[in-house]
Amino acid sequence: MLDALIQGILLGGYYAILAAGLSLMFGVVRFINLAHGDLAIYGAYLVLFAVEVLGLSPWVAVASVVPVMALLGWLLQATLFARTIKGGFLLPLLTTFGLGAVLQNGMFGLFGSDTKSLGNHIGNLSWASWQLPVGISVGQLPVITFAVAVAVLGSLQLVLSFSKLGRAIRATSSDPEAAELSGIDARAVHRAAAAIAVALAGLAGAFLAMRALINPYAGPTQLIFAFEAVVIGGIGSLWGTLVGGIVLGVAQSFGATISAQGFQLAGHLVFLGVLGGRLYLAHSRNLGGWRGVLGMPALPLKSATQLKKVTSEGRS
Amino acid sequence: MTTYAVERWTRSGRVTVGAAAGVLLVLALLPTLATGLVIDKLTTLFIYILLAVMWNLLAGYAGLVSVGQQAFFGVGGYLALRLVDAGMTPYLALIVGAVGAGLVAIPISTFALRLKGGEFAIAMWVIAEVLRIVVMFDPLVQGETGTSLLALNAFDPDLRRNLTYWLGLGALALMLSATMWLLRSRIGAAAQAIRDDEEAAASIGIDVMRVKQIIFVLAAFGCALAGTIWLASAITFLPRTNFGVQWTVFMLFMVLVGGLKTFEGPIIGAIIFFLLQEVFGDLGVWYLTGLGVIAVGFALYLPDGLWGTWRQRTGIDLLSGGVMLKNPVTVKRAT
Amino acid sequence: MTMLTVNNLVAGHGLLTAVRDVSFSVAAGEVLGIIGANGAGKTTLFRTLAGVHPASSGSIVLDGVDVTDLRPSRRVASGIAMVPEGRRLFVDMTVRENLQVAGENGRSGAWTLSTVLEALPVLAPLLDVVTGGLSGGQRQAVAIGRALMSNPLVLLLDEVSLGLSPVAIEGLYKQLAGLKGRGDTAMIVVEQDLDRAMTFSDRVICMLEGRIALEGEPQVLCKQAITDAYFGLAHGEMAHA
Repeated sequence: MLDALIQGILLGGYYAILAAGLSLMFGVVRFINLAHGDLAIYGAYLVLFAVEVLGLSPWVAVASVVPVMALLGWLLQATLFARTIKGGFLLPLLTTFGLGAVLQNGMFGLFGSDTKSLGNHIGNLSWASWQLPVGISVGQLPVITFAVAVAVLGSLQLVLSFSKLGRAIRATSSDPEAAELSGIDARAVHRAAAAIAVALAGLAGAFLAMRALINPYAGPTQLIFAFEAVVIGGIGSLWGTLVGGIVLGVAQSFGATISAQGFQLAGHLVFLGVLGGRLYLAHSRNLGGWRGVLGMPALPLKSATQLKKVTSEGRS
Repeated sequence: MTTYAVERWTRSGRVTVGAAAGVLLVLALLPTLATGLVIDKLTTLFIYILLAVMWNLLAGYAGLVSVGQQAFFGVGGYLALRLVDAGMTPYLALIVGAVGAGLVAIPISTFALRLKGGEFAIAMWVIAEVLRIVVMFDPLVQGETGTSLLALNAFDPDLRRNLTYWLGLGALALMLSATMWLLRSRIGAAAQAIRDDEEAAASIGIDVMRVKQIIFVLAAFGCALAGTIWLASAITFLPRTNFGVQWTVFMLFMVLVGGLKTFEGPIIGAIIFFLLQEVFGDLGVWYLTGLGVIAVGFALYLPDGLWGTWRQRTGIDLLSGGVMLKNPVTVKRAT
Repeated sequence: MTMLTVNNLVAGHGLLTAVRDVSFSVAAGEVLGIIGANGAGKTTLFRTLAGVHPASSGSIVLDGVDVTDLRPSRRVASGIAMVPEGRRLFVDMTVRENLQVAGENGRSGAWTLSTVLEALPVLAPLLDVVTGGLSGGQRQAVAIGRALMSNPLVLLLDEVSLGLSPVAIEGLYKQLAGLKGRGDTAMIVVEQDLDRAMTFSDRVICMLEGRIALEGEPQVLCKQAITDAYFGLAHGEMAHA
């Protein structure tokens, strides 16, 4: 049991890397990128290509693919996403779904349908583990992934809090028009956000390929997981993606102990449960809830402002 | 003070409906003339049109952008399998199974319709995944392996082909009429008001939840019908295929290419999709890549789709999807 | 010296034309007041000058440079800053960050964090407070400070007193008066309060149905002429009662 818990928490690190980019796009650009999972897989294939064809060492390959992915994100935002975002809520979905289809089938055409993994290029790291004093062993790769996740979120936090770009990103996310009126080029900010988001997707994809087998059509499942982590943790919240990722990872990890299908099912059910719980909270606040029925004053809910934000952002 | 004459049927609308009735009659008699291959192909086309029209009903007219309509496509097929297993006649089971999927949509709607925008879209996808996994637990389905609707083998192949064709044609005619009727009813007008401004619609007394629910359940039933007819023509039921997100991708493609928010657009989009598949389908993944490129191209350069763009340029409208004011004046709201 | 020239500007929303053929100019250091009833086109004019609303035709020339086709952030860099109606602060960010953001993305010049704090002393003790929690008057001071941080040649102030208490308005205009005559910055002020606009401005323009109905120096204009222009009585129409 404890073993499943630890595994789940560590798995949350991977989800946080994957979900942080999705959350950033959602919060700053107000854009839902349905190709986010496919971009992660694409990043993984680029790393595989760098290792198998160019002969780079795996970590050098990851370090060189991440900036390539950032450039790709910048270009996608400049050429594709920015144009569709004016068309309301639907066009971005259609465009990124189309982009996803291009990526999936393009990868299939270029790299073939075989499942691949980076696992056999990273030596014994894919299965090596550390022994903890209480008789529990933790995999080295999951621990490294988790540490990278914390480092990535921490550096993002530093950038957002203390840099010119970070302030511009936060200002644009809060009020794009007021940001323009303060001299910020919102388009440039959106490109920067997309570059970060796609780079993080590529990094996540590399970690996925080290841990598991991937194939060209693995993206949509990863997208769902990322979206679940974002929603569970609270849309637009940076550390929320880590919390959401951990909750999702733990649920999946426990689900997997029950049955093979339980891995996905438990994650989905926790996601739907969180959504339902939030709806119920919002609903009962509107009607006064059971406290209203009993004639008691409503409690000031801590999550109230956050919840409002979620629904209003979801609408935009 | 200007007075407006309210008109529900334009002249071209009456002509179009008359022509549609003629086409329907010809199509119904077609099995006596055409080869089995043509009948099979047309059945597939009917399924595509049905799916496209249902997705447009949801997204175009009610603003409900779902990425999870494969849920009902799959559940309809699964329920039909279960009913046949319990001893029901196959063709009746196909219809009852779709009705059952419509019933399943009711509890889902009470939850999902309270979500907004992106959360609704993805939650529907997750719901489809949950239903797929749950269905895979059923021993009848045998997990990933899937199963077949073997009871259909009891029918003579030609008869089976024709029955499936007529079922497809009937389902399409039924759902097209139902959609047309709905859009011209108060519900259709209310749905479009909700799509354009939900709060304003609620403030003039529209029961937002109920209107959305009616459309959601109807669209679910339509997608489930498509799913059971697909099952009847493919015989096999593979959870990953029948519950696959590619069905929603196809729906999106057809509606986008044809023209969202128009009645004719999805039909045209479905025919184009069908033809593309016939001509280029053998190219495999590069064909699918091409579809993605076309979708992105349309989103960028022709977001109103072929029919929407044509209608804007020419002003021709075969079937208006609602009431029309003669001498209409559009005034954009000042912000 | 002319700082801003507006030539035959037209702007609208769909079929409604809100600004019709408006031309005027502002000199360096001048304060121009724009008055007019609700719906006269003042806010649309301001939003068009700032670039957040497109001009249908006409031109906007800032210090000899045509800025009509520039996006808002480029106009800020050229020297037009607006304090928008409703203040539009970045509510999750502190006062310091709100000012900083405008400072590091706008023009450089005499206005820095320290000079802005000197001109708007009310902000000094609030620097590290998140702006979402400030009072209306404090928020307005932040919005003005934020606009100053981009060192504008022309500062647009849209309804700065809206929603503020009389005491807060008094304090605000004291601070604004302190900005007058400080450097070359021209100010254009939209103000609902007629008396306030007349005393604060060097020159006023009265807008009616998208056009300029009256223009002149406050001390020269008689009250009757202003009232007529304001309600359109000069056109022989009665105000809708």
